[in-house]
Amino acid sequence: MRTKHFILAFYLLFMLIPIYWLVNMSFKTNAEITQQLTLWPENFTLANYTVIFTDPAWYMGYVHSIQYVAMNTVLSVAFALPAAYAFSRYRFLGDKHLFFWLLTNRMAPPAVFALPFFNLYSAVGLFDTPLAIALAHCIFNIPLAVWILEGFMSGVPREIDETAYIDGYSFPRFFVKIFMPLIAPGIGVAAFFCFMFSWVELLLGRTLTNNMPISSIMTRTASAAGMDWGLLAAAGVLTIIPGALVIWFVRNYIAKGFALGRV
Amino acid sequence: MDKPINNRAWFLVLPVFIIVAFNAILPLMTVVNYSVQDTFGNNEFFWNGIGWFTELLDPSTDLGGRFFDSLGRNFMFSGIILAIQVPLGILVSLAMPKKGWGVAACLVIMALPLLVPWNVVGTIWQIFARGDIGLLGYIVNAMGLNYNYTQDVLSAWITIIVMDVWHWTSLIALLCYAGLKSIPDAYYQAARIDGASRWAVFRTIELPKLRRVLLIGVLLRFMDSFMIYTEPFVVTGGGPGNSTTGLSIDLVKLALGQFDLGRAAAMSIVYNLIILTTCWIFYTVMVNVDAERKS
Repeated sequence: MRTKHFILAFYLLFMLIPIYWLVNMSFKTNAEITQQLTLWPENFTLANYTVIFTDPAWYMGYVHSIQYVAMNTVLSVAFALPAAYAFSRYRFLGDKHLFFWLLTNRMAPPAVFALPFFNLYSAVGLFDTPLAIALAHCIFNIPLAVWILEGFMSGVPREIDETAYIDGYSFPRFFVKIFMPLIAPGIGVAAFFCFMFSWVELLLGRTLTNNMPISSIMTRTASAAGMDWGLLAAAGVLTIIPGALVIWFVRNYIAKGFALGRV
Repeated sequence: MDKPINNRAWFLVLPVFIIVAFNAILPLMTVVNYSVQDTFGNNEFFWNGIGWFTELLDPSTDLGGRFFDSLGRNFMFSGIILAIQVPLGILVSLAMPKKGWGVAACLVIMALPLLVPWNVVGTIWQIFARGDIGLLGYIVNAMGLNYNYTQDVLSAWITIIVMDVWHWTSLIALLCYAGLKSIPDAYYQAARIDGASRWAVFRTIELPKLRRVLLIGVLLRFMDSFMIYTEPFVVTGGGPGNSTTGLSIDLVKLALGQFDLGRAAAMSIVYNLIILTTCWIFYTVMVNVDAERKS
């Protein structure tokens, strides 16, 4: 029993200390960061955050990121819902191949797609818009959403569908009124994962725009001469907050969700 | 329970098919197109056949040597992190409380690293592991060990592996936790009556139940570690030298840095095929395990 607690405590500390260090640094002045190693900010300052919230080049990064992440989440889940229903309820020509093909897109390295995406989205005139990133992220989020939703939907007995049809429900009405509430946790989890993978991705976002996502603005700053560590840390802390909020909402389903609804 | 055959289900799948095809097939065609052509610039292309591929797959050429080095490093990286993360994840999931307020707290803290943007993960460790301003680097150096991830190959590797363990072990732990929760209490009671040891309980009750989630976990971890780009890019930039350059970093350098389209395209295709083959094997095993369980 004691070893159990020890392992868990050690692991949780290991999770938290690097994040604490980032938060710690974001409240320090650059002079304090570079001159001495202090375990907590001795000259507590909010200057780093002030810079971010007053400079449009910084805060617009967050706005753009939230824009494309939200668009992508809505798109992915909306498209994936009917498809997942089809996969979980019916067999049709080429269903297994199609399912595997979808998964292969989740497996394809974004590095492979970076250049062709650049060409493609330039050609259709979407380059440097949040929509381009939202659509590009669909390539790995839609397969994932289909996979998760299919797992949750297969857990709903098919008798429910049949009863509803006998009661005279049309397919769209049945789907929205009866079926979607039944798999609400699944929809939440799928949305969470779409949010997560779109939020954390950098390579495609950076390739498809001129420094629109906050992640890419940070990389640019990081490579500029004379590191502004405090500012970088503050920007990092601000990117962690939305994720932490979202986790809080899905905490009860998160374990099942990571198992893609298949436990 | 057999599903009815209904080809009209295609209409439900069609929107997904179109949007993914737009994103996948068109770009892949471009890649294939580039991979068999050469150019003198000015958008004039001519047929090069399998020239790029033979160059890529021949370790004696510049390109081939570079490719196989990166590939080797990637396999080594994936192997090491799987060997660390899978046992550690199982261990942590076994140590997690089963009920009470501790569960939510553990879940939230453990999921936190997963929601950190990948470049921020890089930033966190870039700062944390530095000898002058980072806690970890400072402590390790104070213990008298020579640790500097920008200069020393071994340090760079350790940094990247520890970073990945920090980032992704929770995924395995959460998966296993979900699997463990689905085991009915009756199993444990039966084991207690039989006087089974802790190890026997793990071997005969818990591990078989975990097999399925572990397969998903290993599959996800393999593919994501095999295409890792952002974190090492931010921390080490692939260095010192080329020692932490994986295939993704190499490919981006080649495609977007040097605009060497033919070579980059050939490399993309081979890279993709390697991942697909490996994942196909995992996937087939997974489907078979599913079928076994249902029968």
